[in-house]
Amino acid sequence: MISLKGVVKSFGATRILNGIDLEVPTGQRIALIGSNGAGKTTLFRCLLGEYTHEGAVLVGGRDPRRDRTDVLRLVGFVPQVAPRLEMPVAALMRYVADVTGGRVEDIEAIAARMGLDVAPIRGRAFVKLSGGMKQKLLIALALGRPTRLLILDEPAANLDPAARAVLFDLLAERSEVTMIISSHRIDEIAALVNRVIELEHGRIILDDTVTDAGALGSTFVVRLTTARDEPSFARAAREWGLEETGEGAWAGSVAGPDRLRFLGFVARHAGLVRGFSLDEDTASQGGERRALASSP
Amino acid sequence: MRAPDTVSAAAPSGSSFWTGFVATFRLEVAEAFRARWFAFYALVFFGLVGLLLVFGLTESRVLGFTGLSRTLVTYIQLTMAILPVFILITTVRSLAGDREAGVFEYVLGLPVGIGAWYAGRFLGRYLLASAPVIAALLAAVIYGVIRGVRVPWLELGFDIGLLLVMIFAFVGLGFLISALTRSVDTAQTLAFIIWLVLVLGLDLVLLGALIRGRLAIEGVVAIAMLNPLQVFRTGSMLLFDPQLVLLGPTAFTVFDIFGRTGFMVWSFLYPLVLGLLTAGAGWAIFRRGDLP
Repeated sequence: MISLKGVVKSFGATRILNGIDLEVPTGQRIALIGSNGAGKTTLFRCLLGEYTHEGAVLVGGRDPRRDRTDVLRLVGFVPQVAPRLEMPVAALMRYVADVTGGRVEDIEAIAARMGLDVAPIRGRAFVKLSGGMKQKLLIALALGRPTRLLILDEPAANLDPAARAVLFDLLAERSEVTMIISSHRIDEIAALVNRVIELEHGRIILDDTVTDAGALGSTFVVRLTTARDEPSFARAAREWGLEETGEGAWAGSVAGPDRLRFLGFVARHAGLVRGFSLDEDTASQGGERRALASSP
Repeated sequence: MRAPDTVSAAAPSGSSFWTGFVATFRLEVAEAFRARWFAFYALVFFGLVGLLLVFGLTESRVLGFTGLSRTLVTYIQLTMAILPVFILITTVRSLAGDREAGVFEYVLGLPVGIGAWYAGRFLGRYLLASAPVIAALLAAVIYGVIRGVRVPWLELGFDIGLLLVMIFAFVGLGFLISALTRSVDTAQTLAFIIWLVLVLGLDLVLLGALIRGRLAIEGVVAIAMLNPLQVFRTGSMLLFDPQLVLLGPTAFTVFDIFGRTGFMVWSFLYPLVLGLLTAGAGWAIFRRGDLP
């Protein structure tokens, strides 16, 4: 479904994507994680054909830059930050339905499932909606039309727990749709995805399948060093069962099924983390230890 | 319900250039009707006409113009003074503002062709910029007809045409500036500088350069001929004031070189071509670069 080969994107002297190679088969669901500035949104914009870049990007075998309408017909997109659209809600829904070949009724139905009654806000400018309402409507606009690829940039941001649960149900229902979901809270989407990709400084530093055989019942040994003492980090680390073994050094173990949530915890403190390793503890299972992630 | 789930895997039907173009045009217009800039813009021109009607449709004679002719001449000269900067600033604010506000990222992530989107926005913006100006002018004419004032139909038609091509030129310039810049501040500054340069290129200012002898007459004429403001100013007065007694020296020179018909053709064609070229250049720059 998606093929990226040697994708490089720079803004002036700053290189945001630094040679991304990635193949995503149809139907795969990817959690794209990484700290701010890692290149997630830039990668999305390359997939949407919005950025020029070096290397090759193909979606469904087509170049989204050259064949943008053909490619984007397949794509539903939820941006990280809601655009400040001045247009009325009704005009926005009609526009999206017109250009995508969808139906306003379908968009409204998804919005209703998300807990957003569109009727009273039809005439209101999109920009005047609350953060949660905007997010629900953007999700409805992406899911309420025919798609084969969903690109969701922090889709659960601004959503209350009930709406988040509905969103995950809606995504889970779309079993044949390829998805790339960016989230800082990987624990929330862990159940939805079958692959995790972590970006750092424009490079893929982790590419792991979630449903590998060793995940269930396995244990991972964690070693982590931080640049400085941070009480909130220390509190959270202890909740994960880690113990401080030296100045800024932490160690412990994490259950296999919990490792994505744990990676999310680490990603949220990426600015603090100086070194990190997560190795499968196969000693107790008679096998060799397999490194999942490690960085100096 | 799971309505769209079943279509998720289906091959979606396509949207043509026209679908994207019409949808974008409609959206641009719908959005403008809610925008403060458009309300203010329309208010300015209708207010202008209202004031001119109050003070213009009298028996007074100013520099040979009376009644509706006087109103039209004044309206057109005032329009020339405020319309270009209005169009430039509102156009670049709208486009560059949309870029900053994440609108480009979202809307251009939908399956609408860049050409359809650009053309739809251009036409929408052109219509929005033209409608209040022309509507206010027509309101003055209707008022004049009701009051039994003689309407200078030929001059009126010609000047409406000139207004339309001048607006076209400045909307094109606005789109080019928006394509060249990435922020509202830069776009507005550039738009203002361009407008200022054009104002400085009016023949009343060029007169000073001529008198001081720092510019060759050919240079002055070339500037006057390439300055859309000056072309409009000269063109709009051609029928009302064939001797061009109200205009500056470059207008005289231009009139001598081209003749009346030649300049009338130039005053229509040049802004049209300028608008097409600048809008086209903006389109070429926009589609080649990063969209958001």
